Amino acid sequence: MDEALSPVPASPKPVSWAGGFFDSDLWISFKRSKVTVIAAIITLLFFLLAIFAGLVAPQDPFDPAQLDLLNSRLPPIWQEGGQAPFVLGTDDQGRDIFSAIAYGLRISLIVGFLGVLFSAVLGIGLGLIAGYFGGVTDAVIMRIADVQLTFPAILIALLIDGVVKSVLGNQIDAWTILGVLVFSIGLSFWVQYARTVRGSVLVEKNKDYVAAARLIGLPAPVVMLRHVLPNVLGPVLVIATINLALAIITEATLSFLGSGMPPTMPSLGTLIRIGNDFLFSGEWWIVAFPGLALATLVLAINLLGDWLRDALNPRLR
Amino acid sequence: MSIRTRVLAAAVAALLAGTAVPAAAKTFRFAFQGNYQVLDPYTLNETFTLGMHAAAYEGLTKRDKDLNIIPGLAERWEVLEPLRWRFHLRKGVKFHNGNPFTADDVVFSAQRVRANGSDLKTRLPADAEFVKVDDHTVDVVLKTPNPILHYEWDTWYIMDKEWAEANNAVNPTSASATTPSYAALNANGTGPFIVESHQPGVKTVWKPNPNWWGQKEHNLTEVIFTPIGNDATRVAALLSGEVDWIDPVPLQDIQRVNSNPNTQVLTGPELRTIFLGFDQRRDELKYSNVKGKNPFKDVRVREAFQKAIDLNLIKERVMRGASVPAGLLISPLLLPSGAAELFPPAKVDIDGAKKLLAEAGYPNGFEVTMDCPNDRYVNDEQICQAVVGMLARIGVKVNLNAQTKTRYFAKVLATGGYDTSFYLLGWTPGSFDSWNVLTNITGCRDDSGKGGPFNFGGYCNPKLDELSAKILVETDKAKRDALIVEAWKLERADVSHIPLHQQTLAWGVSKKAKVVQRADNQFLLYWVNKE
Amino acid sequence: MLAFIVRRALQALGVLFAVGLIAFAMFRFAGDPVNQMVGADTPPEERLAIREQLGLNDPVVLQFARYLAGALRFDFGISYQFRQPVAQLLSERMPATLELALCATLLALVFGILMGVYSALRRDSALAKLFQAISLIGVSLPTFLIGILLIYLFAVTLGWLPSNGRGETVRLGWWTTGLLTWSGLKALIMPSITLGLFQMTLIMRLVRAEMLEVLRTDYIRFARARGLRTRAIHFGHALKNTLVPVITIAGLQLGSVIAFAIITETVFQWPGMGLLFVQAVQNVDIPIMAAYLLLVGLIFVVINLVVDILYTVVDPRLRVTLRRPA
Repeated sequence: MDEALSPVPASPKPVSWAGGFFDSDLWISFKRSKVTVIAAIITLLFFLLAIFAGLVAPQDPFDPAQLDLLNSRLPPIWQEGGQAPFVLGTDDQGRDIFSAIAYGLRISLIVGFLGVLFSAVLGIGLGLIAGYFGGVTDAVIMRIADVQLTFPAILIALLIDGVVKSVLGNQIDAWTILGVLVFSIGLSFWVQYARTVRGSVLVEKNKDYVAAARLIGLPAPVVMLRHVLPNVLGPVLVIATINLALAIITEATLSFLGSGMPPTMPSLGTLIRIGNDFLFSGEWWIVAFPGLALATLVLAINLLGDWLRDALNPRLR
Repeated sequence: MSIRTRVLAAAVAALLAGTAVPAAAKTFRFAFQGNYQVLDPYTLNETFTLGMHAAAYEGLTKRDKDLNIIPGLAERWEVLEPLRWRFHLRKGVKFHNGNPFTADDVVFSAQRVRANGSDLKTRLPADAEFVKVDDHTVDVVLKTPNPILHYEWDTWYIMDKEWAEANNAVNPTSASATTPSYAALNANGTGPFIVESHQPGVKTVWKPNPNWWGQKEHNLTEVIFTPIGNDATRVAALLSGEVDWIDPVPLQDIQRVNSNPNTQVLTGPELRTIFLGFDQRRDELKYSNVKGKNPFKDVRVREAFQKAIDLNLIKERVMRGASVPAGLLISPLLLPSGAAELFPPAKVDIDGAKKLLAEAGYPNGFEVTMDCPNDRYVNDEQICQAVVGMLARIGVKVNLNAQTKTRYFAKVLATGGYDTSFYLLGWTPGSFDSWNVLTNITGCRDDSGKGGPFNFGGYCNPKLDELSAKILVETDKAKRDALIVEAWKLERADVSHIPLHQQTLAWGVSKKAKVVQRADNQFLLYWVNKE
Repeated sequence: MLAFIVRRALQALGVLFAVGLIAFAMFRFAGDPVNQMVGADTPPEERLAIREQLGLNDPVVLQFARYLAGALRFDFGISYQFRQPVAQLLSERMPATLELALCATLLALVFGILMGVYSALRRDSALAKLFQAISLIGVSLPTFLIGILLIYLFAVTLGWLPSNGRGETVRLGWWTTGLLTWSGLKALIMPSITLGLFQMTLIMRLVRAEMLEVLRTDYIRFARARGLRTRAIHFGHALKNTLVPVITIAGLQLGSVIAFAIITETVFQWPGMGLLFVQAVQNVDIPIMAAYLLLVGLIFVVINLVVDILYTVVDPRLRVTLRRPA
């Protein structure tokens, strides 16, 4: 246990968090769970695929000059009519499905990670403040959270999308849309963190160890950060993993409503939205492979999240 | 078989015969991607809605299965003198509520359709005067000669004056209504079907009109409409037999629908032309890396774009064969006979395109943003993506800005300040005539849209406008046709726009139903028969 | 207690006010409604005139004030698409959405709790793993894809269930219900599953986690030591303790189920408020959008209020905290 981080011995949940991610307990529990190891390997593979998309993909699907309509709607290579190098077939624009998955994965992961990071930071911060200070601050923040919850993520995205577009004079750019998505997904998920953190803070802050920390003269922010945060980190991490998966899927849903990544720079979700139209037509590979990739990724992340939750919870050890 | 069972069988057979044969329930269910929003026939000028109105309402004229104008509520008409037309009305016709149809109703409808709040004002000249001669004769007095006066009267539906007055519906249900309107939820026409219930956005039910004056061409006892917005759900509803007709069938599902034993796709050429347009009015493009000048003002650049776009490839790959590559901004079906051959679709020529670009001073191409709707026309976004790829081949980098139709039109229309540099649009001439396109799409305009309101790019050739003005008033058909051909030649040399294709109508129909597909894509219930 | 409720009710009004204001600020960017209200060849001057008449050229604040003044009299305006009073349209569509949301929540609760309890008690059994896998499908595929796949399987291929709509409905006063007819019930199955799948996953995971925690607490150990039967311990004590947070979450989620019915209703052409809203967005039907947002806002606020009050009743420590700020 890190003395500097937890100087108060009264803490009921001795969780070593910063830098303690790979301490022996975690590592043993990780190695013991085969499913978790597989999930971790799959996740790692997906990350590698996303990072090195440019090296492994035969085509840059974001470059319209590389797409040839003559290659459109080719089936996977093992089916009749399949053609190298389009291993998993092509879509209606001649986009190689495998390349599109690799590049789309990158976009989806960026949206997911940044979105979650943004919402977690925002939510934890506001939740800590609300719970710790209470009173008017609490009321205001939680009322804002109510307003926030009232707007489904979809609506928030539409709103921000519209505002950004009007500010930028409709000069649209796929990276801008990506930023908008991160921002709107982040904005729509912070409430969960805030509520969780606030709830924990409300319970924890009356406990002796916090009072003790206060007594020895530690300033409020330090008390919160060092003592309350570690205790809520478990649930926050679990929410974060589930939200990572959720963020990726929300992006897909947004593209179903026409506000996701544009089809010229498709994310995994956009690919599914496009492929969705080909479900009845027999061109199953356009939706099946991106769908499979998304489901596998989300599944793996969720499994990791489950394991993490159990491992981080000392009472379950 | 015992006697008892035989008697029983006979009784059952008699019972079946007695009930089933004369009044076999023929319920026809159909689904469209959009809503049937308002029953008031003057509220919305839109193809599907106008077709739906035709179940309950009728105009003075009708159009037959080949779009020829035929008598409707007017039995016949004559041009007494160039500025006076006479319409002889059908006698003995009754509205659904039992009121007789008379000249008063026509005069009333002529006022109502031009009143504030009507979206069909252009059906009649604003200054035309409707004069009742007797109960069944109406004269139309014009200020200027108009050879195509009655071309759009098949969708100017006649309403009952008494009914409208009794129900406070004298004025059209306008777009800006602040109170609910009776005519929006109720219909009282002379047509072959009576609206039984109308739940906007959910369901509309019709029953046949037993007292209809005409010769019935359908065998339905009930008609039920539901909107189904989602493509896959709509196709699923047809495949599973829940509905008998859907529109549209997404192109990729045509094969699937045809391979299903109980359904098929009816395809036919549509009159709408899809084309690309350029901003040719601003001195510097709003969305481009070319500063200080507008490359699209140079006809060579426009021609280079045209040569770079492979219409056949778009047809085969994007439209799955379901389009007709276009040489003009109007369907060949609407041109004077023989004129279509003069305007074949442009040929692809990449080297020629590059050369033209170089001559114009852009050997390395340039960058421009393209506006495109993604839920308005068949595969609109995919077409734009294909165009982006094709232009990349001559070094032009196109940033695609594909948006929903609401956002797209808010940006590119006059009310949005024609805020575009390069765009895709579709246009159907409401009057089925070239003049409509020559004025709306290629007519010179000012910044507020006076002139050619839908000429987003502001292309302008005064000579073309002169020709178009002559076409409007020329009553001699041969002379008029010659003028039209001359105008199109001029337009084509200018490459004012790049016509892409006429999309194909694709209706999904149950094999139990027989329907008539007209090229204007109006779905008319009075021609439906069901097994 | 009363003072608390009054204060929260006032705050709720404030929330609704804020929702309305944000919504109105947003509508400006949704597109120009007029273009959806007129035909393609309606000239620009005509369009401008309609804009003017609708008051769309007025400042947002003025539009909002006008809307509020109407809303206070329960006049939510006339739909741009249908030219009908919005209040009437929404009340016609509300039963469909509420029935769907309730069915989905019920489905999620029943299956979520059952699967959650089982996978907590038999942590390592094959069935528990299967439950976990199934439940994860609910969060690893987008709702719209799940819906379409269900339609493809059960409506097109097997022909068992209708692909869209509510089936036959029965009118009970102003309420229309699909629960009383065979076709209505059949039509409810796929949308409920699609909508409830996500909640089910959530509840199952929650129940499993809570059960695991509770089973390790001292009093369960004590109960075991006292020699109580395993079943009595599991269901009498453990599950009972688990259910409080589960019901809370389910209640809180009811609001978001209604909000997220938007997607399900779109896929299944379910004639509820969500579909009405999607169509309103597509056609920039501002009066419907505004009323829908206010209504969903109201539902959320009420749920929040109830949950907060329940919390206060249940946990005296929170009561002190909540009372203190004045």
